[in-house]
Amino acid sequence: MEATLRHVRYVVGENPLTFFAFGLFTAFVLLALLGPAIAPYDPLASDTANALQPPSREHWFGTDQLGRDILSRIIVAARLDFGIAVSAVALSFAVGAALGCAAGYYGGWTDRIVGRLADTIMAFPLFVLAMGIVAAMGNTVFNIVLATAIINLPFYIRVARAEVNVRRNAGFVEAARLSGNSDWRILGVHLFPNILPPMTVQISLNMGWAILNAAGLSFIGLGVRPPTPEWGIMVAEGATYIISGEWWVALFPGAILMLAVFCFNLLGDGLRDIIDPRRRT
Amino acid sequence: MLKLILKRLVGAIPNIIGVVVVTFLLTRALPGDPAAFFAGPAATEQAVEEVRVALGLDQPLVVQFWHYLKDLAHGNLGNSLSTGQPVLAELVTRLPASLELTLLGLAFAALVAVPLGIMAATRPGSWIDHLCRILTTVGVSLPTFFTGLLLAYIFYYLLGWAPSPIGRLDPVYSPPAHVTGFYLVDSLLERDLELFRASLAQLGLPAITLGLFVMAPLARMTRASMLGVLSSDFIRTARASGLSRGKILYGYAFRNALLPVITTLGMVFSFLLGSNVLVEKVFAWPGIGSYALEALVASDYAPVQGFVLTMALLYVVLNLAIDVLYGVIDPRVQLEA
Repeated sequence: MEATLRHVRYVVGENPLTFFAFGLFTAFVLLALLGPAIAPYDPLASDTANALQPPSREHWFGTDQLGRDILSRIIVAARLDFGIAVSAVALSFAVGAALGCAAGYYGGWTDRIVGRLADTIMAFPLFVLAMGIVAAMGNTVFNIVLATAIINLPFYIRVARAEVNVRRNAGFVEAARLSGNSDWRILGVHLFPNILPPMTVQISLNMGWAILNAAGLSFIGLGVRPPTPEWGIMVAEGATYIISGEWWVALFPGAILMLAVFCFNLLGDGLRDIIDPRRRT
Repeated sequence: MLKLILKRLVGAIPNIIGVVVVTFLLTRALPGDPAAFFAGPAATEQAVEEVRVALGLDQPLVVQFWHYLKDLAHGNLGNSLSTGQPVLAELVTRLPASLELTLLGLAFAALVAVPLGIMAATRPGSWIDHLCRILTTVGVSLPTFFTGLLLAYIFYYLLGWAPSPIGRLDPVYSPPAHVTGFYLVDSLLERDLELFRASLAQLGLPAITLGLFVMAPLARMTRASMLGVLSSDFIRTARASGLSRGKILYGYAFRNALLPVITTLGMVFSFLLGSNVLVEKVFAWPGIGSYALEALVASDYAPVQGFVLTMALLYVVLNLAIDVLYGVIDPRVQLEA
C-alpha cells in the first residue's frame, strides 16, 4: 500500500498533467451530475429575437440560430454524452471480460470462436461498422450505446484472454482446482481479479474514444435527435454558420468535446503509468 | 515473394467471409418489416405479402444468404430507393474522390509524423520531444469534424487562403477527363497545371484535417520504436565502429524502427476510413461517405449497406497490402512464409 502510494506520488510528480486531468475529470463529472440544476437558462427555450447573438455578459457562449443559450445546452449535454460513453464502455467491459475469460480459460473451440468474433469486428473500419449498426438497427440512443460497445469489444476480449491464458495453469489456479473449486468459481474468484488492472487502463484509454465516437455518430445525424442538446449535434448545427462568421455556435461545444476527450486520454496515460509502468511509451 | 502474397491472400479469406456475413445480417436487421417498408405506407396486406415473396423474404435465412451471395457475385448491390440508380455504379464513380482524399491525408500525416518521431527520439527531453508528446496527446483528442470546421473558419473565412470548402473543384473549373478519377492525376495527364493547383487547393483542408487525426499514433509509434532500436546492441556496435551519424540513423536504425510503424498503419487506416465519412460531410466532398449519409437521411438502406461492405473490403485489401509491404521491408517475414 505504501509502495503504491509512493509510486502514485512519483507518477503525479513526474507528470503534473495527470493531476490536472483528474481535476478536469472531477469538474466534468460534477457537470454531468448537476447539469440541469446549474445551467443558467432552459436549454430548450428558444428566443428568436435573440438568435445568433455573439458571446455577451448574459449569454457567455452566445446564442444559437433559435436563440437558445449555448452555455446551458453544453452543460446539460454533459450528462447525455457521458452517459452514452460510460454505458457503452461498461457494456464492452462486461461482455468482453466474460468472453475473453472463457476463451483464455477453456481454449480450444471456445477460444477459436471468440477469437474469430473479435477478428471479424476488427476487419471493419470501426466507425463505419458503428454507422452500419445504427443505420440497420434504428436511430436510438440505445443503439448508439450498443454500436459503440460492439466496436470496442475486441480490445477487451483480447486483454482479458491474454491475462487469463497466461495464468490458467499457474500454481494458485492448480491449488484452487485441487481443493475442489468449480471452473466458474476459479474464473470468478481467482482469475477475474487479475485482469482488473489492465482492464482499468483499457477503460480509461477507451472512454475518450467512446465519447468521440458517439459525438461523431450524432454529428452525421445518427442517434440523438435535435432539439436534444448533445455536443456532436450542436457542432453539426453550428457547421452551417461557421462559414458565414458565426463561430461561437460550433466552437464552444466542439472545444468542450475536445477538452473532455483530452482529459480522458491524459487520465488514461497517467493511470497506465501507475498501474502498468512497463507499457509506458 | 509470390508465395508470401498468396499466403496472405488465403489468410484474408476468413475476414472477407466474416465481413460478408455481418453485412448480410445488417441488411436483414432493418427496423420493422422490410417488406412493409419497401411496399410503401399505403400498401395493403396482400401487397406487402407479394413484396415479401418478390424480395425472397419468405425464405429461410440460409436461402436468403445464398441469394445475397449470388447477387454479390454478380456485383448487384441493389438499387437506391431515392435515385433508382444501381448502388454499385454510384459507388464506383464516387470511390476515387474518397480514395484521393484518404491517400493524400495519409501522405500528409506520414510526412509530418515520421520525421517528427525520429527527431523526438534522437533528442529525448528537447523541445521537439515535448512538441511531439503534446501533438500525440492532443491529436487523438481532436474530433475530426470539429477540426475540419475550425480549419475552414480560419483559412477560408478569416484568412481567405483556402478556396470555398465545398466539393472537389471550384465551379469555375470543369473537371478533367476521367482516366483514373483522381483529379490530381487526371489534370497532370492533361498537362493542365492550373487545374492541378485548383484541385490541390480544394483537397488541402480536408486532407490536413484527416492527417491531423492520424498523425498522433504514427508519431507516437515512430518515436517509441526509434528509441527502442537506438538503445539496442547493434547500434552501439555501429557507433563504436565509427560509422557516420546519418548511416547509423537511416541505414541501420530507421529501417528496423519502421516495422512497428508499418504495423500501426493498419489501425491508422481504420481511423482514416472512419473519419473520412465525417470529413466528407464537413467539406461536402462527393465521395462514397457522403453518398451513404445522403441515403441515410432518406432512410434508403441499400446504399448504406453497399458503403459499409465497400469500406470493409477496402480495409481488408489495405491490410493485405500492409502485410505484403511488411514482407518487402523485413526479409525475415519472407523466410517464414
